[in-house]
Formats: sequence, structure tokens, C-alpha cells
Amino acid sequence: MNLFVFVKRVPDTESKIKINHETNSIVEEGLNFVLSPYDEYAVEEALQIREAKGGQVTVFSVGPDETQTILKKCLAMGADEAVLIKDGAGETYDSLRTAKIISQVLKTKHTQFDLLLFGKQSVGADSAQVPSMVAALLDLPQVNVVTDLEIEGNAGSALREIEGAREKVTFMLPAVVSAQKGLNEPRYETLKGIMAAKRKEIPVVTLEELGIQPDELTIQLELTKIESPPARERGKIIEDEPGEAAKKLAEFLHQDAKVI
Amino acid sequence: MILVYVECRDFKIKQSSLEALSEAKRRGDEIGIETTAVLVGHAVDALAPEVFRYGASKVYILENALLAHYSPSGFTQALVSLIEEIKPEIILFAATSMGKDLSPRLAAELGVSLASDCIQTAAKNGKLEVKRPIFAGKAFASFMLNSSPQMASLRPNVFPLAEPVDGHGETIKKEVVIPENQVKDKVTEILKAEGAELDVTEADIVVTGGRGMKGPENFDLLRELTAVLPHSALGASRSAVDAEWIDHQHQVGQTGKTVSPSLYMAFGVSGAIQHLAGMSSSKFIVAVNKDPDAPIFKVADFGIVGDLFQVIPPLKEELKKILSE
Ligand SMILES: Cc1cc2nc3c(=O)[nH]c(=O)nc-3n(C[C@H](O)[C@H](O)[C@H](O)COP(=O)(O)OP(=O)(O)OC[C@H]3O[C@@H](n4cnc5c(N)ncnc54)[C@H](O)[C@@H]3O)c2cc1C
Repeated sequence: MNLFVFVKRVPDTESKIKINHETNSIVEEGLNFVLSPYDEYAVEEALQIREAKGGQVTVFSVGPDETQTILKKCLAMGADEAVLIKDGAGETYDSLRTAKIISQVLKTKHTQFDLLLFGKQSVGADSAQVPSMVAALLDLPQVNVVTDLEIEGNAGSALREIEGAREKVTFMLPAVVSAQKGLNEPRYETLKGIMAAKRKEIPVVTLEELGIQPDELTIQLELTKIESPPARERGKIIEDEPGEAAKKLAEFLHQDAKVI
Repeated sequence: MILVYVECRDFKIKQSSLEALSEAKRRGDEIGIETTAVLVGHAVDALAPEVFRYGASKVYILENALLAHYSPSGFTQALVSLIEEIKPEIILFAATSMGKDLSPRLAAELGVSLASDCIQTAAKNGKLEVKRPIFAGKAFASFMLNSSPQMASLRPNVFPLAEPVDGHGETIKKEVVIPENQVKDKVTEILKAEGAELDVTEADIVVTGGRGMKGPENFDLLRELTAVLPHSALGASRSAVDAEWIDHQHQVGQTGKTVSPSLYMAFGVSGAIQHLAGMSSSKFIVAVNKDPDAPIFKVADFGIVGDLFQVIPPLKEELKKILSE
């Protein structure tokens, strides 16, 4: 099995987000960048499939040079190869742009694969679009938000989460699958893995090499403003005998908030 | 024209699709373009009258037995042929599980970008500007949609439903021709969660338990509250999920679900930054925590410093009293 995993470098979930209103962007200084949490499930799933069926796991990321760090982490977890697709554009919030770059890689440079694994969304842009877009551009089946995946020969079956239920989806390989929490328990890197990852070369592919014309990557979502959410006014905090407190809360919900 | 994808499950229209349709109608009227809707599936034409009640002047019905069950590739094929024919300026989806799965596939097929999970829309020079949360709501970003067609999905439970009118319109049925091998990903079965509980993203009231619940059995106390409160659902912090007290479908937060109900009630939740990210856009927030310094109180409209096990029983009785009046 030739397993490809697509990962993104994002600020960790502890991050407080500061805005530079002049440049209309997120202040990156001081942020700790990590492998996006859902991508860990995708990497783990690829490793488990390789362990069960044999094959090779290659991890790709589109981003700046600093993205090497998360690719090293994936190698340390056990991935065989990693490829950096260098893109200096920064966060554009335009998923089609990323999906076009990825599908160009898959059409021109790395054309042999059975399964394309993604996290169900990156933590940050939160768009949850790239997997479906890559599937569309390559005319492949897709299953998103997957909590259970089975591969038999060249057929797959997955459970995906929907409101109050799970859908069972069947498809043929090659296919696009995006991982949700619950799919597996991502492993930690081993010391041996970290040492091996350090020595490993990560090839870099540029957009020019891919033959993508800049006008194909025109951003169609024009960012007009980034702002902080409206601050919530400080509410009423009471410390009372439980019965009395419960009564006051119920009254608040009924009379002031009018939600009950 | 604005085209709204109207989602049906079990031969019922999703409320969030009607919210999207209501918003489409408001913007469509402002821009001066027609609001229309599309239903995809098998035997869905009976649902058209309800769509007219929320402002659509036309409903397109894309019928094919192969589309009786959801398939992202199959549904995309069906929609592309309609869109190429009627050329809408704007296409809107509800950002449900299906909407989030289908809209990006359709967008890429049409070669346009998509703004997902928007919480606000505005008409500017005949085009849409949308606002969407990024970093799970730690910031908001606004975008002008510069593509043609313009595409966005709208977060459920955020946009007000229009007052239904005694509307009529034109139903346009289209036979869809799809080769069977173009339906590449097929839903073959739907496994309902036990008790068919309401999903946190769809509920008006979310009752959440954190590590302060102390154990799985105590979530029954919260289930009793949801049984009393109309249109409510059970939520959980990641700590409660990781302790396996409750299924992760219930997790609220940056790596769980983002919710914006009318009322969010947090019991024994400290209010970690990842949890706040998923719920701070709720209209009213209530917290019960024995620690007066718990960060959850910073976002709460009403907080009780106290033992949740002593507060919940009388609270349930008080709420019952009010609701029976
Ligand atoms: C990558 C990453 C992603 C994450 N994503 C999420 C996410 O999506 N959602 C999420 O929730 N968390 C998430 N977290 C975890 C988050 O950081 C917190 O650990 C978690 O939210 C804490 O859960 P809690 O509030 O239930 O538990 P705690 O922080 O342990 O708080 C328990 C609270 O209960 C109170 N309490 C105890 N007993 C009682 C009682 N008898 N009566 C009243 N109050 C009582 C305590 O005072 C305390 O405030 C994430 C963390 C990471 C690293």
C-alpha cells in the first residue's frame, strides 16, 4: 500500500490569538507551532495500515521552511518519507489554493498512491475543505470525519460522524479519507525515531517545479478584516445556599435571559 | 440568483437549511436577485411546499434512485449539471455534516473558493461579504467573495429563521443522468447513536459536564436536566471524554464541536482555553463550579460558586416548575 498523508503546521491550541490590525493578520511571534491535532490521527492510521498490510508512508506538507519541524515529527513517529512543498504565501484561508497545489503534486510528481489521508480540518483556519477539494480535483471517492476505517484489497469501508449518528460509507481505492478523533490513539515518537528523523533528508518541491502558473493560484477569498470576538460582559456570580442559588438561576433564565 | 442547497434527512428538511434559506432571502432581496433552492435525492418533491414557505421562488428537484442515499461524488455530479445550466451568482449551504462534506467538493468542481461555517453575511456592491470564526472562535475573519459563483456555508443555529409565509413557487424537476460508476462513495448504512439524542450543534440548550462530574454514572444527573429542558443536548469537556465517561460525539471545544446555542450550561468545567473556544459564542452561558477562580466564570452570564451535586437537584425542580407554568 502506498499511503500519503497531508499535514499542516498550526499554532498549538493553547495559543492566545493576537491580531495585527495594520497588516490584518495574526501575530505569529511568540506562537508555538505544532502538527495540527487531527493530522496526528491521519499519520497514525497510515502507520497502522502499513504495519498490517505492508507498504510505505509518505507525509507531505505545503508551507514555509519552518514546516520541516512537523515533518520531522511525522518521520519520528515512523513515516518512511517526508516531502515539503514550499509555499511562502502564508495563511491565505483559501483552501482551493492549497488543494490545487496538492493535486498538482499528485498529478505530476508523486502519482502512485492507494490512499490519501488528511486530518478532518486544520486547527486554525478551521475550513475543513482541502480533503474534499483534492478528491474533486483528482476525481476520487471521499470520506470525511472518519472514526473507523477498514481496507480490504482495493475496497474500503469507513464510519463517518454525522449529527447524532454515524454513516457507513463504502468506496474503492484510491480514495481520500479525513481523520476524526476516535479513529486511533496517535503514538509518541521514540528516541530512536527522533534520531533517525534528524538524519533524514526532506526533499523540497517548489511551486515553479510543479509548473503551476501564479494566476491559477489567485486568492478568491479577499480578507477584509480580522477581529477579536466581542468581549463578553462580566456576568453575575453568586455564592449562596444551593437551593437558593438554584432558584435565582432559574429566575435569571426565565425572566432576564428569557431562554426558558 | 441565489441557490440554496436544502438538505433532507429521513424525508425531513434540516432546520439549518431553512435558516440558510431565510438568510439567502434577506440578502437576495437586498441585492435584488431571486432566491431559489435545490433538493437532491429520491422522492423528495413532497418537501417543496415547505421550501416555498421560507422564501424560495423556485425549487429545483434533482431526482435519481442512485441518489436515495448520500454520496458526495454523486450529489456533486448532479449539482454541477444544474449549476452550469442555471448559473446562480451565489450558492449557499448549511454547514452541517453533509454541507461541510459536499460544499467543498462542489466548489472545487466549479473551480471556486468557499468560505465555510460563516456566522454573518452582508451585501456589498451586489456581492457577499461573510464573517467566519478562525482558531475555533478565538478570532473572526471577514472575506469578500470574489469568485463566480460565490460560495459559502452557514453555521447552524446562528441565522434567524424567517417568519414562514403562505408562499408558492415553481417546482422544476430534473431527471439526473449519472453513470453508476460516477457514484464513487456510497452511504450504505446509518448507525444511530443510542437514545437518538440530539446533537450538540443542533440544540437550543447544551448541558455540559466536565471532570467535576466525577464519574460516568453522574452524567445521568445531566440527562435528567436535558429531559426537562426542551430541545436540549448533552455536552462534555475533553477530560470527561478522555476518561471515557461519555462518547466523544459530545465533546465541545477546539478539538470537539463548536456550538452556539441560546443557552450553554457548564457543570464542573474549569473553562480551559480549548473549551472556551468551542462555546463562547453561545447567547447565554451559565456555570456551576466550586472554584470561584475557575476561568469559566469569566465568560458566564450567571455563575454559581458551589457544589454541582447540591445545585442540580433543586435546579431541576425549579426549571420544571417554570416550564409547567
Ligand atoms: C490539543 C488539545 C486540544 C484540546 N481540545 C479540547 C476540547 O476540544 N475541549 C475541551 O473541553 N478541552 C480540550 N482540551 C483540554 C483542555 O485543555 C482541558 O484539559 C479540559 O477542557 C479540562 O476539562 P474540565 O474542565 O472538565 O476538567 P478540569 O480542568 O479538571 O476542571 C474540572 C472543574 O470541575 C470543578 N469541580 C470539581 N468538582 C466539582 C463539584 N463537585 N462541583 C462543582 N465544580 C466542581 C473544578 O473546580 C474544576 O474547575 C484540549 C487540550 C489539548 C492539549
